[in-house]
Amino acid sequence: MSLVQATQLAKTYRVGDIDVPAIKGIDFAIEPGSFVAFVGPSGSGKSTLLNMVGCLDHPSSGTLKVLDTDIATLDRRASARFRGEHIGFVFQDFNLIPVLTVFENVEYPLRMVQNWPAEKRREQVRRMLEAVGMADQAGKRPDQISGGQKQRVAVARALVSNPKLVLADEPTANLDHDTAYRILELMKSMRDEFRTTFIFSTHDPKIMGEAEVTFTLEDGRLTNNTSGGSHV
Amino acid sequence: MFDVIGIASRNLLRYRRRSLLTLLLIVIGMVAVLLFIAVAGSFKSMMVGQITDSILGHLQVHRKGYVASIDNLPLNLNMKPQMVAKVEEALKQNTAVESWSPRVKFGGMFSNFAETTSIRVNGIDPALEAATVPLLAGRLTEGEKAGALVGKGQIVIPALLARGMKTKVGDTVVVVATNRDGSVNGKTFVVRGILESATGPGGRDGYIHIDDARELLRMPEAEISEIAIRLKDFSRLGQVEAQLGQALGGLSNKEGKPVLDVHTWADLSPFASLARMIDLMTLFIKVVLVSIVLVAVMNVMIMAVFERIREIGTIAAIGTPPSRILSLFLAEGLMLGVVGTVAGTALSLLAILGIRLWQPTFNFGQQQNLVMAPTIAGGDVLTIAVLVLVVAVIASLQPAWKASRMDPIGALRHV
Repeated sequence: MSLVQATQLAKTYRVGDIDVPAIKGIDFAIEPGSFVAFVGPSGSGKSTLLNMVGCLDHPSSGTLKVLDTDIATLDRRASARFRGEHIGFVFQDFNLIPVLTVFENVEYPLRMVQNWPAEKRREQVRRMLEAVGMADQAGKRPDQISGGQKQRVAVARALVSNPKLVLADEPTANLDHDTAYRILELMKSMRDEFRTTFIFSTHDPKIMGEAEVTFTLEDGRLTNNTSGGSHV
Repeated sequence: MFDVIGIASRNLLRYRRRSLLTLLLIVIGMVAVLLFIAVAGSFKSMMVGQITDSILGHLQVHRKGYVASIDNLPLNLNMKPQMVAKVEEALKQNTAVESWSPRVKFGGMFSNFAETTSIRVNGIDPALEAATVPLLAGRLTEGEKAGALVGKGQIVIPALLARGMKTKVGDTVVVVATNRDGSVNGKTFVVRGILESATGPGGRDGYIHIDDARELLRMPEAEISEIAIRLKDFSRLGQVEAQLGQALGGLSNKEGKPVLDVHTWADLSPFASLARMIDLMTLFIKVVLVSIVLVAVMNVMIMAVFERIREIGTIAAIGTPPSRILSLFLAEGLMLGVVGTVAGTALSLLAILGIRLWQPTFNFGQQQNLVMAPTIAGGDVLTIAVLVLVVAVIASLQPAWKASRMDPIGALRHV
């Protein structure tokens, strides 16, 4: 069973009196444990697609199943619960909570979303910080660490609740080249360690080569995919 | 819940100056309100105390229609002995009543054998009067304060009259009065004391013994004009008024209409309007406090939501339930309210204590140098504290609701 299955997926935004199609009836499937990139120029629909896969937005037509759940059937609360249980997010701007320490940022999903017991929660956070190499920075605030370190923390936060799927929208856009590669390597190693599916978007041609499966989007349509993925 | 409060407190500390300014507004508002309640309440209770404890008593019972003609002190609306007995029976049975004093009131002419003027005479039982209006004897400016206020053959006259008629303690005077049948009678009295007016220079009330009053008016039976009542607990005024009204309601005339009325001091004194004015001002200042807290907290919370849109988008995206986002922002408003309330209450109590130690004085009517001793009831502090907390939460509700309903995509895109 595919982890993500899209059939004739379309998304149209209404801007004033005009309908603007962002995704134009695409089909694709993503298998569990894969390391997938959606690539394409700005405005090609990558973020829109990721938002729908991440249950942040609903399709205008077609179906999108994530973990065998039709996301169109989820209301606001159910979407939040689904995201909290099954999906991790890594953002372009890291989006760590500035008033929390590194440890607390990683702990946040377990504490405020999933209500894990304290001891189990702390153990899991320590494990994740070890895994991303940030254990020694646990007590620092986000403004006391570098961009690369912030993104490591963001990866740890995305993985801490053992999600099936991690979505990363342009995760390397605000990082220098070396750091970007290290973050992608980290994401890959996390995939290997935790068997989590990673889907990320990028428009950087050097970065897209790191993906094992690549879907190319142009003007809301899938134009190409390489290896592992099943582009119908 | 602890997590929510922890994060909320850190967010408040994040904008220290703004949070501090908001807290300052809440604290100033609370101090102003609690001080006003304490000082105005102290003034009001002192004023009411002067009126009830030296003139009126807490409640009065009259024959129906008497109060409407009270300026004329009508003798034909006195209570008959049977009515008085029934009233006294009702008063004895009411455990909230501390004492009562029957009075015979009439208008008469006062003469020092050289000049004559009008006087309002109160015939009293000195022991019962002292128990019912305990501050009365304290108003004596001349004459012995100890002992009964008046004995038989004695009169206590108001200071205004004493000055105008050049009358001193120990002088012999004559009081002439017309009884209900129209016959005129006079009786000599020795001036026992001179009484300062409680409320202003216009007091013309003199006091004689009730037996002398009946003799002067040639009353065939022991009639009473009014019965002044003192309660054990002034705060039960309304309750006792209702109880007595019910107990005395059974006394009716031939047409089946009640013959007696129960009045509170407020029904009988124009100073009740002043007391009501103080209550109105207290209400007004509470409204000002509510407005201050509402505007201050709402302003800071709207800013907090506006400045943290991306953060809200992030926590919403990673699955934080909308109810928890709502509680995060409500907790911030609540904490501003809690800290402001605690600090405001502490400062207010300190200020009240300071005034009590300072002991400023003021004048009320003819009463000079009354010491202001502001007090505040725990209930008032609690009411204001709860009011501030509720308003702080209400003020946070709209911004918190907005945050919890925010679309994560739009919020994450916000610059």
